[in-house]
Amino acid sequence: MRINSFFYTLRQGVRNLFRNKWFTLASIATISSCLFLFGLFYAIVTNFQNIVHRAQEGVAVYVFFDEGLEDSRIQEIGDMILRRTEVSDVHFVSAEDAWESFKTDYLGDYADGFTENPLQNSANYEVYLNDVSMQSALVTYLESVDGVRMVNRSEIVATTLTGVNALIAYVSVGIIAILFAVSVFLISNTVMIGISVRKEEINIMKYIGATDFFVRSPFVIEGMMIGLIGAAIPLGIIYGVYNMVMEYVTARFSMLSSLLKFLTVEEVFHILTPVSLGIGVGIGFLGSIVTVRKHLRV
Amino acid sequence: MAERRKRRSAVPEKEIITLTKVSKAYSTGAPALKDVNLHINRGEFVFIVGDSGSGKSTLIKLLLRELTITSGYINVMGYDLSKIRHRKIPKFRRNLGVVFQDFRLLKDRNVYENVAFAQRIIQKSNKEIKKNVPSILAIVGLAGKYKAKPRQLSGGEQQRVALARALVNKPTVLLADEPTGNLDPKNSWEIMKLLEQINESGTTVIVVTHNREIVNAMQKRVITLKKGVIISDEEKGGYIDED
Repeated sequence: MRINSFFYTLRQGVRNLFRNKWFTLASIATISSCLFLFGLFYAIVTNFQNIVHRAQEGVAVYVFFDEGLEDSRIQEIGDMILRRTEVSDVHFVSAEDAWESFKTDYLGDYADGFTENPLQNSANYEVYLNDVSMQSALVTYLESVDGVRMVNRSEIVATTLTGVNALIAYVSVGIIAILFAVSVFLISNTVMIGISVRKEEINIMKYIGATDFFVRSPFVIEGMMIGLIGAAIPLGIIYGVYNMVMEYVTARFSMLSSLLKFLTVEEVFHILTPVSLGIGVGIGFLGSIVTVRKHLRV
Repeated sequence: MAERRKRRSAVPEKEIITLTKVSKAYSTGAPALKDVNLHINRGEFVFIVGDSGSGKSTLIKLLLRELTITSGYINVMGYDLSKIRHRKIPKFRRNLGVVFQDFRLLKDRNVYENVAFAQRIIQKSNKEIKKNVPSILAIVGLAGKYKAKPRQLSGGEQQRVALARALVNKPTVLLADEPTGNLDPKNSWEIMKLLEQINESGTTVIVVTHNREIVNAMQKRVITLKKGVIISDEEKGGYIDED
């Protein structure tokens, strides 16, 4: 393609946006609506996932050792645990640490009556998991390790978090399917309008001897720009709304902030921006290709 | 019928359009063309006439390769249209100017852009476009209206724009499908004069028309179609009355 043809095509693509103002606005509104719902849903789901993930990170399995077990064996057990893929972190808590912690949490000044450490045999590993649903498998393994006396875990928390995770996954798939169906319906309607607007113009181009590429290019550029604008608008709105909601929640429910850690707007938009823009441009690209293709065989 | 048919005596030096036993049938209804044999030489001026449903439009669509033949052989400007690949069609059409009854101009672009568009398609440089478009607009008498949008022009003027667009790439063949169908007699004659001029400069011109007066007055080759069959092919012919 010659350089002046390239710029001509580019110019025509931009001009098409203004030539068919109503079609452009309808298309942008359609894509914006779909991507607004998508963005909103994404922001909510990622925050849920983050909260659940943080809760999972706090769930630990406690591994206690046989009485009088040598330090070298304890170290070996620690290394073995750390090598497991489902394990994210391992902390060694000595008997002294356990007693100090217990005194601080429960006894206070009453601890002065104790002359010896009553938790002599309470040295343990706190084991944190990547995925809490793997807890049972890990516990079974740990119980079979030579030198391990006892493994404590919170089965209810693990089961609940695993259930919440599964629920989020199902709801996500369901909502994405609904959004997809709605998007396809709205976009196909918009494309149908586009076909009637463009039919004559495309026919004329083809009669004069325009190649498919030459006919298609301005429409594809137009479609991609509509997609880009259609994606940028909801991103802007969600950015503003998200910030406002976070400020409001932080100000009004400061108690919650220690329990529920919400993602920052940057963390949400780190993924949402490229995905939304990609979907918008992709919809514009495919929509224009489909619109034009029907009339290319003239 | 048979006595109406006159075989053309001169052997064509260079055929630019050849149809041999061409038939075209649509998926529903009667065949639109039946065993049509037609030979048109480079530089000829030919009228194709006939009533509605005679197959004129089908013939034009076949020559444009908008439709494909059902059987037979069709060659236009050296392209075998029964075998031409889809991607070769644009190149074929660039040598084929076409004018329609309803003008088919791009309504949102001015006269200059409508004509320049044909040049952009064949990737002419801006310099060449700036030279060629005013020149062809001057030939069709629209040099002063290059900024006008189609809706600001009369029917005759719009047809001139369409003609300029068809001619700007210097086509070998010009197909005009009812070019005077929407025009008054004065504008019709002006368009026909332009077509005659174009023909005199060497372009093969094929005009499909219902305009009896023009056909009879111009004394060109006239091919008459009836129910998909050529019933007459006369040099310096006239419009044949069906009655």
